Amino acid sequence: MATTSHEPTTTRADPEGISGAAVRRGDRTFLGLSTGAGLLVLVVMAAIAVFLVWKAIPSIQADSANFFTEGQWLPDSDPPVFGIAVLLFGTLWTSIIALVIAVPIGYGIALFIAFYAQRRLASTLAFIVDLLAAVPSIIFGLWGLYNFMPYVVPFSQWLSEYLGFIPIFANSQELWTKSILMAGLVLAIMILPTVSAISREVFVQVPRMHVEAALALGATRWEMIRMAVFPFSRPGMISAAMLGLGRALGETIAVALILSAAFEINWAITEPGGNSFAANIALKWGEAGEVGRSALIASGLVLFFITLVVNMSARWVIARRKDFSGAN
Amino acid sequence: MTRTRLAAIAAATFAGALLLSACGGSGDSGSGSDSGGSNVVGDITCVDGSIKAAGSSAQANAITQWITDYQITCEGATIDYQPVGSGAGVEQFIAAQTSFAGTDSAMKDEDLVAANERCGGGPAINLPMVGGAIAVAYNVEGVDSLVLNPDTLAGIFTSTITKWNDPAITALNPDATLPDATIAQFHRSDSSGTTDNFTKYLAATAPGVWTFEPGKDWVAPGGQGSKGSDQVMASVDSTPNSIGYVELSYVLYSQVAKAASIDNGGGPVEATSENAANTISGAEVVGEGNNLALKIDYAVSTPGAYPIVLVTYEGVCQTGLAADQNPALVKAFLQYAASDAAQGDLIEAGYVPITGDLLTKVRAAVEAMS
Repeated sequence: MATTSHEPTTTRADPEGISGAAVRRGDRTFLGLSTGAGLLVLVVMAAIAVFLVWKAIPSIQADSANFFTEGQWLPDSDPPVFGIAVLLFGTLWTSIIALVIAVPIGYGIALFIAFYAQRRLASTLAFIVDLLAAVPSIIFGLWGLYNFMPYVVPFSQWLSEYLGFIPIFANSQELWTKSILMAGLVLAIMILPTVSAISREVFVQVPRMHVEAALALGATRWEMIRMAVFPFSRPGMISAAMLGLGRALGETIAVALILSAAFEINWAITEPGGNSFAANIALKWGEAGEVGRSALIASGLVLFFITLVVNMSARWVIARRKDFSGAN
Repeated sequence: MTRTRLAAIAAATFAGALLLSACGGSGDSGSGSDSGGSNVVGDITCVDGSIKAAGSSAQANAITQWITDYQITCEGATIDYQPVGSGAGVEQFIAAQTSFAGTDSAMKDEDLVAANERCGGGPAINLPMVGGAIAVAYNVEGVDSLVLNPDTLAGIFTSTITKWNDPAITALNPDATLPDATIAQFHRSDSSGTTDNFTKYLAATAPGVWTFEPGKDWVAPGGQGSKGSDQVMASVDSTPNSIGYVELSYVLYSQVAKAASIDNGGGPVEATSENAANTISGAEVVGEGNNLALKIDYAVSTPGAYPIVLVTYEGVCQTGLAADQNPALVKAFLQYAASDAAQGDLIEAGYVPITGDLLTKVRAAVEAMS
């Protein structure tokens, strides 16, 4: 029956069809393809991890300094001296600045689109924000360097003049270009579409009943958002921020163009300096020798693990929150 | 029904993609072979056939120009130069994958030993073909000419001199109006041969101030890094009171920045191709026989010799290049490269030509190839 019928399956009510036990060639092919696609991701991930470890080992063995605490990056000198301390610091510091700026604005855009804006304005705005995600990162880098930087410099000067008593805003070099703040701002713009698009998707899924119930009980719109929307959307909002963080951590060419690529840990965000894993790989790969390439891959391995940890902790937060938020 | 068909189409597409990617994986390897007769047109002796070469990206524009000129004249010749970087270029030459290598620093010791073996006893030799100069570009309003000496230059690039009106700079430039402004110093943030040569110059001429190991990576404190000479140039152009080091051609085409003159002790020398050529032609040959590896005298104080220069070489087999790698075409191409016409083209492209006795030696070495 299942093999010869020409009737559409949906009109039949036999349990065989509903349970999915019917085996037609199409089903089998599709099962195979989708299982294959799922497994492919795991295989690719495993292959990347194995490749990174395999290629990283020679340089870590050759390293004459501590791989985790050394700040210099001279893998091709004799003996090789390199470590990820500065790269780790710069990657996290630029990404944190980007998150601090982009996440509140991203949530704001999403809330405006989902609850405040008129329908036509909302769809136009959503479209424009999504468009931002389609801009290649080299464009962000060059734009940031030549068009955006001149406007950020006065802002940095203002920060260091009036808030300079806070160490991170101090500037003893009297130079304001190519700073961690600059990179953080450009990264913030780059991750804005990710944060706002995902949190918007979550906001529009808030049950209409919750929203209307809150409003009916006399809540203002802000109270409604606080009481009905946020509790329901929290896991989604967290994953939006985490995906944004993932993009910021791995961003390469924009950061490579903007940051000054100094090998020192400097908390002052308005001074030139900073470096990141991805940018360092882009800058050093071309002329790197044998140990140099291996060392760059070792730094890539660290970034791989950081990204893995970020994503896993995001999952963990979401899973923990799921029970009492009512989402999914 | 529709689903089945869709699945079939999807499966077929998937399989097709696999097949395609499998086909794309096989690159062609091995060098060209067919060589034929030769005829002479002007400076160019035409040899048919094809060769592969790879190496330094610093000389890529010069080599590409020469290849274009050669191939326009000689329709039967195909020369393929891949700018893969000096290290990879020498590696491929030693592995006999290419007919010659382009390299920023002459092949030494163990590389030469391996290359000799690859040339069937050879020997393998270095031929200086393309020179370059590194200019110190600055952007200070109202200052049309600037003179710097090694100690001052090293002071600026190690951030021990931080103001434009520092006594060390004003002493060298009594007529210039230098502002009381912080020097925005730019260096390369990526690894580069330019940084290597610039830091070699500083280490050789200002050892008291520049206390770092010369190398491809910038290690001195302070200043700001930019990716590539184009970005360093752009940073200097767009930042008031800035200074940076770039290949000469970049500053020649800049609308804003100017190149500083360098005073090694024999008076200020402007950064021009001609002045740089004087330093290169005066360099000491340290290789044996036809191996023309050079030792540049960075401390040169001859008037009219601009000292911050670099030389790139072609690594070739003097004899013993396998017949299927077309030694005749390599020789004919290098003969053209060493000709007055080809060397003259270098100036326009922002490179520095090989001149004088050195060029004579290069030509003799090319003639000795077989």
